[in-house]
Amino acid sequence: MNKELLGIGVIFLTTVLLAVPLGRYLATIYRGDKSWSDFLLPFERLLYRLGGVRPEREMTWQQHLLALLAINIVWFGWAMLVLCTQGSLPLNPDHNPSMTPDQAFNTAISFLVNCNLQHYSGESGATYFSQVFCLMFLQFVTAATGMAACVVVFNALREGAGEKLGNYYVYFVRSITRVLLPLSLIVALVVAFQGTPMTWLAKAPVITVQGDSTFVSRGPAAAMIGIKQIGTNGGGYYGVNSAHPLENPTFLTNAVENGAIVLIPIAMALAFGYYLRRPRLGWMVFGVMTAGYLLLQVPTVYLEMHGNPAITHLGVDQSLGSLEGKEMRLGAPASALWAIQTTVTSNGSVNAMHDSLTPLSGMNTLLGMMTNAFYGGVGVGFLNFFVFIIVAVFISGLMVGRTPEFLGKKIEAREMKIAILIALLHPLLILTGTALAAHLYTGNPTAYAGWLANPGYHGFSEMLYEYTSSAANNGSGFEGLGDNTPWWNISTGVVLLLARYLPIIGPVAIAGILARKKYVPESAGTLRTDTGTFGIMVFFVIWIIAALAFFPALALGPLAEHFTLY
Amino acid sequence: MKSQFLPALRLTLVMMVLCCGIYPALVWAAAQLAPGHGEGVQVHKNGRLVGFANVGQRFDKPEYFSSRPSAASYHADGSSGSNKGPSNPDYLKEVQARLDTFLVHNPGVKRADVPAELITASGSGLDPDLSPQGAAVQIPRVAKARGLAPAQVRALVQQHTELVLFGPDKVNVLALNLALDALR
Repeated sequence: MNKELLGIGVIFLTTVLLAVPLGRYLATIYRGDKSWSDFLLPFERLLYRLGGVRPEREMTWQQHLLALLAINIVWFGWAMLVLCTQGSLPLNPDHNPSMTPDQAFNTAISFLVNCNLQHYSGESGATYFSQVFCLMFLQFVTAATGMAACVVVFNALREGAGEKLGNYYVYFVRSITRVLLPLSLIVALVVAFQGTPMTWLAKAPVITVQGDSTFVSRGPAAAMIGIKQIGTNGGGYYGVNSAHPLENPTFLTNAVENGAIVLIPIAMALAFGYYLRRPRLGWMVFGVMTAGYLLLQVPTVYLEMHGNPAITHLGVDQSLGSLEGKEMRLGAPASALWAIQTTVTSNGSVNAMHDSLTPLSGMNTLLGMMTNAFYGGVGVGFLNFFVFIIVAVFISGLMVGRTPEFLGKKIEAREMKIAILIALLHPLLILTGTALAAHLYTGNPTAYAGWLANPGYHGFSEMLYEYTSSAANNGSGFEGLGDNTPWWNISTGVVLLLARYLPIIGPVAIAGILARKKYVPESAGTLRTDTGTFGIMVFFVIWIIAALAFFPALALGPLAEHFTLY
Repeated sequence: MKSQFLPALRLTLVMMVLCCGIYPALVWAAAQLAPGHGEGVQVHKNGRLVGFANVGQRFDKPEYFSSRPSAASYHADGSSGSNKGPSNPDYLKEVQARLDTFLVHNPGVKRADVPAELITASGSGLDPDLSPQGAAVQIPRVAKARGLAPAQVRALVQQHTELVLFGPDKVNVLALNLALDALR
């Protein structure tokens, strides 16, 4: 058991150690400084030329957002087209059918917004063509979308920024050619060499040792697993994601896939400091994020290792921890590590079934998504955190009686309004959605009996989780929820859309407005933002705004369930 | 509008060639050198395909080591956990029933020696492994059903126990059962 604890410590520490140089590298390539990866410049110039974009054209923040939204609309059209017709498209050796329009809508939106909520199972609900040319494609480009938006904010906050904030397409293309593609390739090769399929052959008919006849699903899985882990996408090739023994065959692949979840989110926080040449600021952000993350991680590992008390009552040996929904090659501690890291980021891939976690572990995964800023998604995680920084600057400015300033720019009413609206949007979407669904269910439990796989408090948690996961663009689920129905497909689809684009538009707008303001040189009267004190302030702002808003809902779900069990 | 959508459309096509053409082709080409050539590591018995090394399959006859309970009934063209919550009363009854069944089929085994993995469903429904304890507790039954000495079966289990650096030790059920069949 201690060996496994050591194992998860090694996974996390190694990831942080790799994220530091990656953060420096990200700052270098986005600033356009000299980098070892400049050998890709001619190739990138070719991509710009074929794509018809002019890389030297500098954009304002509004032009950045226009470019972002336009290309996202194109992707949505493509995704709908592919998913609704996949049954008759090539590369479908298993003869899987096309998706229904409501399921295609949900899937298209969900991959478009980097969420990867999956109301289908990869084995039977998607074809090789749609996995590669639709879903995996979106996994690359939506991750790059978030990173590019984040760089616009970085750029706007640098000293001497003005109207012109670089070129959107350059940030977008570089994110793919210099970060996402090479890192995905490494992960894909590791899993392929450990036994994950990468083939165009159909599922294999097998007659087992005992004589059962069955099929084993295969396909181009390794390539997709690389980017789904690296790009905080999380949409798995197989239905059960990285719990599947072909998607995550060994403890080594588990370590690599797990590290890939948080690698770029951590690096992005550090890159913020390096980009502005204020590394301490990056470490402040990293410190606050890590404190919040550990607060959720430590109890979860403890609870999962100690098992389900209802099963302890049966008198069996539960020394390996709670094992319902877990895999033996991974074990309880590594499953707990993944569960929290995938929810504090917006990854949402799983290596164990979250529905079967002990109640408070389930609550911690919910809290990771409710705060959505402890590491967060690639790019967008920092954007969420940035909103909380603005709020914290404003509140602490008022507390000490000074004009709130961040990086030499005054924070005024307009920026605050945007920041607070974005911060409150998240609880609004989650709680409204859950309230509506709970209202529908209690009004007619027989009509909606297919929704919930578990009764009582846990059933409520299943609905709460689905909306939380949608609003956080996470994509994991309490999968006992029967979610492939028009209600869930459409309502979560709407939540997904609002929860993706507004939290990108808001921070970019704030940064764009700040960039135009006059620079006020720092003086003795300036509130310093790269200190531990300010870090603590941000931490409490996050907890008060993000976590406490959800306390009543958590009390009805996981907390109530906990007290019935323990 | 045209100035936004035209580059968006063209850039989409270009990136699709890169991310969905070149990238998977690279992974596919490299996978040709991997064990199983990217098609999954196949396991044969007397020249017949009986399964994939990493994919669990159903074993419930007494002369074989049993796999873990599966919510997918070990049909590997799908995959599923039970998604039962820890306090669900129906679920707890099911677990109790699995325990009772196990104790009936394995007389002489004490409750406290039954590891929880044998009465709880895996995450994928296709878990190929057991813990060393999960295999050990089944040794007397398997040995008796096959008329072998328990020590001989225990040696075989030990031989098939994989010690993992930083991860849990495990026993691949398919490999172990095939080795048992090969004894005869």
